Amino acid sequence: MNLGPAPVSYRLPRAAATPAPATLPPAGLPGMDAAFSRLVPVVSGASGHPVTRTWHLLDNGDRLAELGVTPVGTVLCVHGNPTWSYLWREFVTAATDAAANGGEAWRVIAVDQLEMGYSERSGARRPLAMRVRDLGELTDTLGLSGPVVTFGHDWGGSISLGWALDHPELLAGVMLLNTAVHQPEDAPVPAPLRLALRSSVLGRGTVATPAFLETTLALAHPPLPTAVKQAYRAPYRGAARRGGIGAFVADIPVPDAHESAAELARISGGIRDLVVPALMLWGPTDPIFSDRYLDDLLDRLPHADVHRFEGAGHLVMEDVDYAAAALTWLGDRGLPADASAGGVPVPVESARSAGHSRPERAHSGARGEGEGEGEGEGGWAAAGQYPLWHYLDELQNSDETALIDMAPPGGGAPRVVSWRLLSRRVRQLACGLDRLGVRKGDRVSLLIPPGADLTAVLYACVRIGAIVVVADAGLGLRGLTRAVRGARPDHVIGAAPGLLAARALDWPGQKISVARFPRAAMRALDISATLAELIALGVDEELPPPPEPGDTAAVLFTSGSTGPAKGVVYTHGQLAAVSHALYAQYGVGRGTGLVAGFAPFALLGPALGARSVTPDMDVTKPKTLTAASVAAAVAAIDATVVFLSPAALANVVTTADSLTAADHASLAGVECFLSAGAPVSEPLLAAAARLMPAASAHTPYGMTEGLLMADITLDGIREALATRPLTDPTSALSSVGSAVASSTPTDVPAGPGGVCVGRATATTRIRTSALDARGRATGELSEVAGVTGEIVVSAPHVEDHYDRLWLTDRAARRGAVPGERWHRTGDVGHLDTAGRLWVEGRLPHVITTAAGVLTPVGPEQRVESVAAVARAAVVGIGPAGTQQVVVVVETVTPARRVALADPELAAAVRAAAGLPLAAVLVVPHLPTDIRHNSKIDRTRLGRWAGGILSGARMTRP
Amino acid sequence: MRVLVTGASGFLGRAVAAEIAAAGHEVRTFQRRPSGVPGVTDLLGSVTVPAEARLAVAGMDAVVHLAAKVSLAGSPADFVAVNVGGTRSLLAEATDAGASRFVFVSSPSVAHAGASIVGSDADPADPARARGPYARTKAEAELLALAADSARLRVVAVRPHLVWGPGDTQLVARIVERARAGRLPLLGHGAALIDTTYIDNAASAIAAALEQADAVHGNSYVITNGEPRPVAELLAGMCRAAGVPAPAWRVPAGVARGAGALIEAAWAVRPGVDEPPMTRFLAEQLSTAHWFDQRRTRTELRWTPAVSLDEGFRRLAASYDR
Repeated sequence: MNLGPAPVSYRLPRAAATPAPATLPPAGLPGMDAAFSRLVPVVSGASGHPVTRTWHLLDNGDRLAELGVTPVGTVLCVHGNPTWSYLWREFVTAATDAAANGGEAWRVIAVDQLEMGYSERSGARRPLAMRVRDLGELTDTLGLSGPVVTFGHDWGGSISLGWALDHPELLAGVMLLNTAVHQPEDAPVPAPLRLALRSSVLGRGTVATPAFLETTLALAHPPLPTAVKQAYRAPYRGAARRGGIGAFVADIPVPDAHESAAELARISGGIRDLVVPALMLWGPTDPIFSDRYLDDLLDRLPHADVHRFEGAGHLVMEDVDYAAAALTWLGDRGLPADASAGGVPVPVESARSAGHSRPERAHSGARGEGEGEGEGEGGWAAAGQYPLWHYLDELQNSDETALIDMAPPGGGAPRVVSWRLLSRRVRQLACGLDRLGVRKGDRVSLLIPPGADLTAVLYACVRIGAIVVVADAGLGLRGLTRAVRGARPDHVIGAAPGLLAARALDWPGQKISVARFPRAAMRALDISATLAELIALGVDEELPPPPEPGDTAAVLFTSGSTGPAKGVVYTHGQLAAVSHALYAQYGVGRGTGLVAGFAPFALLGPALGARSVTPDMDVTKPKTLTAASVAAAVAAIDATVVFLSPAALANVVTTADSLTAADHASLAGVECFLSAGAPVSEPLLAAAARLMPAASAHTPYGMTEGLLMADITLDGIREALATRPLTDPTSALSSVGSAVASSTPTDVPAGPGGVCVGRATATTRIRTSALDARGRATGELSEVAGVTGEIVVSAPHVEDHYDRLWLTDRAARRGAVPGERWHRTGDVGHLDTAGRLWVEGRLPHVITTAAGVLTPVGPEQRVESVAAVARAAVVGIGPAGTQQVVVVVETVTPARRVALADPELAAAVRAAAGLPLAAVLVVPHLPTDIRHNSKIDRTRLGRWAGGILSGARMTRP
Repeated sequence: MRVLVTGASGFLGRAVAAEIAAAGHEVRTFQRRPSGVPGVTDLLGSVTVPAEARLAVAGMDAVVHLAAKVSLAGSPADFVAVNVGGTRSLLAEATDAGASRFVFVSSPSVAHAGASIVGSDADPADPARARGPYARTKAEAELLALAADSARLRVVAVRPHLVWGPGDTQLVARIVERARAGRLPLLGHGAALIDTTYIDNAASAIAAALEQADAVHGNSYVITNGEPRPVAELLAGMCRAAGVPAPAWRVPAGVARGAGALIEAAWAVRPGVDEPPMTRFLAEQLSTAHWFDQRRTRTELRWTPAVSLDEGFRRLAASYDR
C-alpha cells in the first residue's frame, strides 16, 4: 500500500503544539488510587541548554516505605498510544497489595510519557530516540537502582526495550503486552495504522477529533465500562491535549527513510542479545499487533515465556488478569539477588523454562556434517533410544511391505508401499523440503488425511527437524482455525480441502500441495510447490543433519473438549518414548502387521518397524469404519494388532452381520486390539472381542499430553467390575467438619466408584493429589490406595510443554524434583489396593457439598443402572462448599422437552444415586464434546441446572 | 432452667415448649389460648399488654419468643403492634426481670428482598427491603432483639424456614385443602428449589439455640432441613401424604405475581373474611429458589436435623392415615 509522502511532512493541527504544564489526574478514576500519583520535574540537557519537563507517574514507592518493606526491585511500566499510565492501575495496586500481604515487594513506576496523559505538553515532537532518552533522564532523576524489569504495551514496548538496552547494569528482565519492534518486510502495516498514517487522515483522526483514541478504546473484550473509557479519555479532552497522540502515530517509522527507523532497528536488533528473562502476555485478537508480531518478537527473544490469552485482544490488560500473571512470573524468576527475599520458589525448570515458545529456533544447527546412514543417531545412542526414522534407514533396501492404503486418494486398488520406496520417498521429500527452505525448527502444519502421503510427509518433516503441527479435523473449522493461527506455522502442507480452508481463512505460512492443480488454482490457493515437485527437487537425497532427542518434534492439539484446544509440544525424544511405550505395552515392533484406525498411534507404525494398513474409511468420521473394512485390512497385511477409536469400534460391532466366513477367519488371526481416545464400556469391548476371539482386548488411559499412561484389558475390566466395592466406602464424601456433617440425615455414604482404567504402563508413574474441602488438588502426591484426588502422571513420553500457554503450563506442573516432569491431568480419581487407577471425573467438575467433596462418575454409574436412564450427569449447583447435587438424565425413551423427572423416575434415581439429590432433571439430549461425543461439560450443565432450579425458564442445556 | 415460651398455642410454639420441657427445664407458656402441652404451666395473656408480659417473665431465666402475627394478609397496624410492639415490651420486661437468655424466633423472610436465595447464610434483617407486613415487622423486631443483646441478656435470633409437619394448620393444611378443592396452582415450572424445616427439627434447633446462647448470642441463624427440593416435588409430597391429588395446573410465575397483587388489593376492601388465596409474597416464595448455607448454623448451634425430608413425609402420611 502506498503510504503517501514521506512522514516528516506530516502536519498536525496547530492545536497540537499547545504547551500545558503537568497536572495530577482528577480523583475518583475507577480502579486507580490517587495516592500513587506524583509529579516529577526532570532537567534535560539533551538539546544543549537545560530545560525542565515535568512527568506524571504512578509510583508505589512511598507506600512500600510506609509499609516498612524494602522492594526487591522495580518494574518500569511504559504505556503506548493513545493510552496513559491508567492502564497499569491494576498492576500498581496488585503489586502493592502483594507487598502489604507479606509477598514479594515490587516497586512499580508507571509513567505518563511526555506530551501524553497528565505529563507536560511541551509542544515538541519526540521521535523514538528522544522518547528513549527522555525515559532514561527520568530514571536518572529518580535515582533508580537495580534490579529493574521493564513492562511495555503498544509503542511503549519499543521504548521500554530501548531503555532496557541502554541500562544493562540495572536490567533484570523484560515484560511485554501486545507490541511490536519490527515491521516484517513481507507484511503490510496493520490496516488501522495504515489508515491513521494517511496524511489526509492523520491530523484529523488523531488530534482534531478523538477518532484514534475511540477506536483503540473499542478494542476491549468485553467492551470497557463507560467509567473506564472516560478515565482513558480524561487527559485527552480537546485537540490541544491530543498533540502527542498525532505525533506518536506520525512517528511510526514507515517507510524506511523515517527519522525513527534507525532507532527502531537498533532496538529490534539489540534485543537479540538480551539474555535476561522475558515474558510476553498476548491478546491474539488484535487488529494491530497480531500474532505475526508475537512471532517476530519470539524470533528475537526465543527464551521468552509466552502466554496467549485466547479471546483477549490489543487491550489485553483490560481483558485478562495480566497483573496476577506478571507478579506470578516475577515471583517464579527469583530475580532478587539478596537472600532476605527467602521463600521465593526456585523455578522448577530454570534452564529450560517450560512455557517458552520456540526454543527450537535457538539451536538450529548448520548443515553439512555427518551425512549418511545411522550416523545421525549419535545423540540418540546416548539417550538409548531409536529415533523415529530408525527403521526407515535400517530397512531402506527391504522390499517388504511398509504401508498399505486400502482406499488411496483418487480411488483404485489398494496402494502397497515397500520399505524401500517409503524410505526413498521420505528422503526425497525431506531433501526437497530442505531445498525449498524448510528448516529445522520451522513449523509445518499438516492438513493431509491419514494414508501413505501423510506418513511420508510426516517422516520427511521429522527427519529434517521441522516441527509438525497436527490438529484434528474433529475440532471443527473454527477450532482448527484458532489452533493453526495460534501455532503460527511457517508452512502448510495439505490436500485440497485443507488448502482451501487455509486460503479462505487466511491461515499463515507457505502452502505446499499434496496434489497438482491447474495453474490458476495453484495461484488462487497461493501454492508454492507440490509433493511431486518436492520429490524432484530432492532427488539427490542429500539430507541435512537429523534432529537430536531434545529438539522439538511436534505440536499436537488437544480435543478442545475441556476448553479451547491447546497445542502440546513434544520433543523427538518424547515421541520416540511414545513409540517405545506402544512397543512395550502391545508388542508392536519390527514386522508386526498393524491396522491403523486410530491416527495418533497409527502414524507411529513406521517408527516401530511395523507394517501398517490404513483401512477404507473417512478418518474424520470414525463411524464410517465397517467390520468388513477392518477384516479386509487385516487380511491385506496379515495384521495381528488393530488400533481403533471408540466410535469406529462401535460401528464395527454394529456392522458385524455383513462379515463373511473368510472375514471371520481373518479376524481370528488378530492377537491384540485396542480402542483409544475415550473410555469404552465393557459390553462394547466384549462385543468387539467376540469378533476377534483370539485377541486380547485393551483400552488405554491417556490424553494428548500423555498418550499411554495406563492400560486395561477386557478381563481386567470384568475383574474390576466384580470387585468394585472399594477400600473405604465413605471416601466419596471426604468429610470436612466431620462432627457437623457425619450425623446429618442427608449424609449417606457412598463409594467413590469411577471407571477403572487399569495399571500404569511400564515407564509411567501415577499419583493422586488429594482434594481439599474446596475441591482443589492441594494434597501431596500420593500412591496410597483410596485417596481421591487429581491424577498426576510422570513418564518419559509425557509432553514437554504447552505451546505459548505459559500460565497453563505452569498450572499443569507438579513436584519439584529436578529432572522429573509431573503432569497434572485435570482428571480426578483414585488408586486401589491392587494398583489400578479409577477415574472419577474432571477436576473442575468436582462438587463441594457441606458434607464433603464429591466426584461425579461413581454416582453417574449408579444412576445409569436405573432401567429408564440412558445417560446421567451429576452436577453441583450453588456456592462452593455448600453445593447441592443435581442429576440430569437422558432417558431410554428420549424426552421431548426439559422437565423435572416424574415422581417414579425421581424416586428410582434418588434410590440408586446413594447420596442426597436436590433435584432430578430430564433432558432430550445431554450436550457433549464434538470429538468423542462422550465427554459432558458438567460445569456448563451445572450453570444451566442452577438457573432452572432458581426459577429461570426451562431452556435446553 | 426456668423458661418462658411465648406463642405456645401455635404449631411451632407447641413443639418448642414440649421439646424444652422434655429436656428437663421448667416451662411456662404465655399466649391467649391454652397451649395443650402436657407438663408445662400456661399463663394466658398478650405480649402487647406490658403488665401481662411483666407477669409472664417474672422469675424466668430464659425467654423463647415465638408469639407473632404470622398470616399472609391483614392490617399493617396489627402486625406492628404484635410483632414489633410485643417484642419490644417482652425484651424490656425480660431485662428488668433479670432473665439471662432470649431466643427470638424470626424468619428468613426478614432478609429477603424477593430474588432467589441460592445457598446463602443469614444476611442481616432488612425491614426496608423485606416483602409484606409480616416480614417487615419481623425484621424490625429481630433488629430490636439483637440490639438488646448484652452480657446480661444474651439474645439469639433463629429463623426456621417453612416449618411443616403433622398438625400444621398453616402451610400443609392450606396446601392440602386447596389441592383437594382443585385450587392449588403450580407456579412457573415448579423446579425452583425450596428448603423446608420439619417441625421436630425446627423445635430441636430452637432448643439448641437456647442451650448455646452463651456462646452464640448476638447472631442470627437460618434453620432448615438442608434438603432443598423442587417446589413441585414438595407440594406433591405433601399432597401424596394427605391422599389428595398433586397440583396439576400451571400459572406462569409473572402472571401469578400480578394476580396476587390484584387479589390482595381486592381483599383489602373486605378484610377479615378469610386470607386471600394468593398474595404476591406467596407467589414469590413459590416461584423463586430459597435454600441456605447451613454450615455455620450446624457448627455453632451444635445441632443437626434428626428427621429427614422423606421421614417427615412418612410421618405426615401416618398422621393423615389416623
